[in-house]
Amino acid sequence: MARVLVGVKRVIDYAVKIRVKPDKSGVVTDGVKHAMNPFDEIAIEEAVRMKEKKLASEIIAVSCGPPQAQETIRTALAMGADRGIHVEVAGAEYDTLQPIHVSKILAKLAQDEKADIVIVGKQAIDDDANQTAQMTAAVLDWPAGTFCSKVEHGSGELTITREVDGGLEVIKVKTPAVLSADLRLNEPRYATLPNIMKAKKKPIKKVSPKDLGVDTAPRIDIISVEDPPVRQAGSILPDVDALVAKLKEGGHI
Amino acid sequence: MIRVSKYISQTPKCLNKFIEINSRCLATQASPKTVKADEKKPAQKPAKESQSFTMNIFRGQLQPNQVFPYPEPLTEEQRETIVMLMDPMQKFFEEVNDPVRNDDESSINEKTSAALWELGAFGLQVPVEYGGAGLTNTQYAAGVEIVGANDLGVGITLGAHQSIGFKGILLFGNPEQKAKYLPRVTEGREYAAFCLTEPTAGSDAGSIKTRAVKSADGSHYVLNGSKIWISNGGLAEIMTVFAQVPVTDPATGKTKDKVTAFIVERSFGGVTNGPPERKMGIKCSNTAEVYYEDVKIPAENILGQEGEGFKVAMNILNNGRFGMAAALSGTMRSCIKKATDFATQRLQFGQRIDSYGTIQEKIARMSMVHYVTESMAYMISGNMDNGSQDYHLEAAISKCFASESAWNVCDESIQIMGGMGYMKGTGLERVMRDLRIFRIFEGTNDILRLFVALTGIQYAGSHLQELQRAFQNPTANLGLLVEEATRRATRAVGLNSSPNFSHLVHPELLESAALCAKSIQSFGQAIEAALVKYKRGIVNEQFILNRYAQAAMDTYAMAVVLSRATMSLNKNLPSAAHELLMAQAWCAEASGRVAYNLNVASAGKHLDIFSKFGKISRNVCESGGIVQSNPLNL
Repeated sequence: MARVLVGVKRVIDYAVKIRVKPDKSGVVTDGVKHAMNPFDEIAIEEAVRMKEKKLASEIIAVSCGPPQAQETIRTALAMGADRGIHVEVAGAEYDTLQPIHVSKILAKLAQDEKADIVIVGKQAIDDDANQTAQMTAAVLDWPAGTFCSKVEHGSGELTITREVDGGLEVIKVKTPAVLSADLRLNEPRYATLPNIMKAKKKPIKKVSPKDLGVDTAPRIDIISVEDPPVRQAGSILPDVDALVAKLKEGGHI
Repeated sequence: MIRVSKYISQTPKCLNKFIEINSRCLATQASPKTVKADEKKPAQKPAKESQSFTMNIFRGQLQPNQVFPYPEPLTEEQRETIVMLMDPMQKFFEEVNDPVRNDDESSINEKTSAALWELGAFGLQVPVEYGGAGLTNTQYAAGVEIVGANDLGVGITLGAHQSIGFKGILLFGNPEQKAKYLPRVTEGREYAAFCLTEPTAGSDAGSIKTRAVKSADGSHYVLNGSKIWISNGGLAEIMTVFAQVPVTDPATGKTKDKVTAFIVERSFGGVTNGPPERKMGIKCSNTAEVYYEDVKIPAENILGQEGEGFKVAMNILNNGRFGMAAALSGTMRSCIKKATDFATQRLQFGQRIDSYGTIQEKIARMSMVHYVTESMAYMISGNMDNGSQDYHLEAAISKCFASESAWNVCDESIQIMGGMGYMKGTGLERVMRDLRIFRIFEGTNDILRLFVALTGIQYAGSHLQELQRAFQNPTANLGLLVEEATRRATRAVGLNSSPNFSHLVHPELLESAALCAKSIQSFGQAIEAALVKYKRGIVNEQFILNRYAQAAMDTYAMAVVLSRATMSLNKNLPSAAHELLMAQAWCAEASGRVAYNLNVASAGKHLDIFSKFGKISRNVCESGGIVQSNPLNL
């Protein structure tokens, strides 16, 4: 049976209206509701289903981030993960943490924990990078199955249905492998109250990138974060002729 | 000067019982029996000091311990836990539950109730080792606030199960009963119900007729009787049933029926129920009659002691009332959201309607009563979590205040939305129907008002009695007399002797606090005057008692918002300035109402109106409806 490592990221809740800091250094996160990245919920759900089908022996939830990232790990534990690893990265170091760093961290943990499958969400809804699964596979030199909408288990291999432009692609990969979860892979359960309480007793190990030998020196510089341009007000036109004239004027037809 | 004597013992039977039992639960004042015993003894026990704010305002005194500072009972870990728990509850209501369908079908469908059980929403306060979520009262309040904001019918199903259904097992169950039943009502997914009300015993719960008689060998009781309007009555497998049991007093040898609480399983046999009642609101919750015919209850299924059932019942109800205030503050929050969304969009006469004073006053009042209710709910839950025993008057006030405020808020939300508010699709008419029951069940607001007034008056009376006794033996009680003499002298010469809040509130609230202090002072004076005037007869003066209850509610509400707003100002919360406005406006109006109600309760012209009310009502009742014909004399 496989040991599954799942990456879970703490992001600003999807329902929150994002506000940019007045100094344009980033978005406001203080006092803002956070939650697990929805694609990572799907990743955890897939792992839990593997365990329920006796295809997985253990699920390890990993999150890189500030102390509050532990809340996200707790949610993963409440959904069914067995234990957590919190890679503490806080403050300015976290502001410039990029998929390249996270990939190296996940790759190192996958080796240390002898994982057979690594699952992450296809992208996080805050930075929309969509790079971590691909780079983790590259660092490990494992096959990657990205944008999974279905995962079937064979012996030593996985049959994966991928969502690609214009349709579905079915591929086979040998394990160990790295997968990324797409929207339609499953519908994640929500953590139940008793399971949330029980999850408090599950262990979370805390490590730092340094412990793992990963250099988190920034590769980027944040110059400015700005709101998207405000949509211009529309206008109501009297008739079709006026509409056609306007469209012509704008060069649309 | 002080001619007050025994006012306690002549209450109408039912009320007397209600107050007596409640005050015994409180253990804050002498029960009637002790008073009689005391009369014979020269050495007097001092009246016990209650920590309750409300209780003490009846003496004109400020007892700030349970009001200031605003309680913050959650540890960091508990806060984190409740934040985690709120998420799945919110998701359940967004993604699974459909309140319109629940209402239309007058039931909660299989899938929804299964999801509720799965979620663990039926065992919020059951300890984790018995399969629950082990929430504190404050965490529970935060949870039910979400329920109240979304679906009150579901709220009743949940509340009938855990807030009253098996709460008795949590509060009074012995270890064996807890181990046997709590896992069943959580992981076992068996519904629970609280079975007290009978066709002839509503507010007068002490007069129930259901009876349980012990078998000759003492191994079991045989239960017979019927209950009505039992929430979850058609679903429940496990019931907390109240029945009269013949109890022999070991001292006198006399046998008397006394209310006793039992845990009854449907599987004991002989338990049946009627069809689901068709109701005005909370339709998806199941309400039914439950019948017991020769039900054999094992003797070990007594909850608490034989004959202590009334105390069990009152404690269960007292313990759960704050939850109603929490749930209804959620309801108000969602009503106000709908109303403001509308008011900020709707254009009439060329302007958004929220720019008109008429709408502004409505929105401001709605927000203020919501603020008061929410602040009461979390203050009481916080006090309970901090180990307070003296919260019963405040819990009763919060239930009355919350249910009336929510009704008004929903009503005004509909009014703001006009025709749109009246339409089913807007969703407010269902909330309005659902809300109506909250002023009726779990102790009608009318009974709870009398409970507040009479309990407070009894407390004030016991202290006056102590003073009276002190006069009989002045040398031994010099300290007490000097203190009292000073207080009275100050008052007599017109100096301001009102309680002082200034060290407790934020400087911005000093003026509002002075209004509250003035209310407390006048309140104490009014109660003392009433005791002198009516003596024990005060218990029958319901017109007056209701005014005192109203004044007590307003005064407590002032103190609560002063405390909450002070906390917010001290913490410099983003909403602090807004809360300051609400606290100031609330205190200004509430103190005016207190003065008015106290005046009404004493001024001759108003007392005359009360006697006219009595006569009008008697005339109408005698003629079985309106006395006069219409102006056309048809």
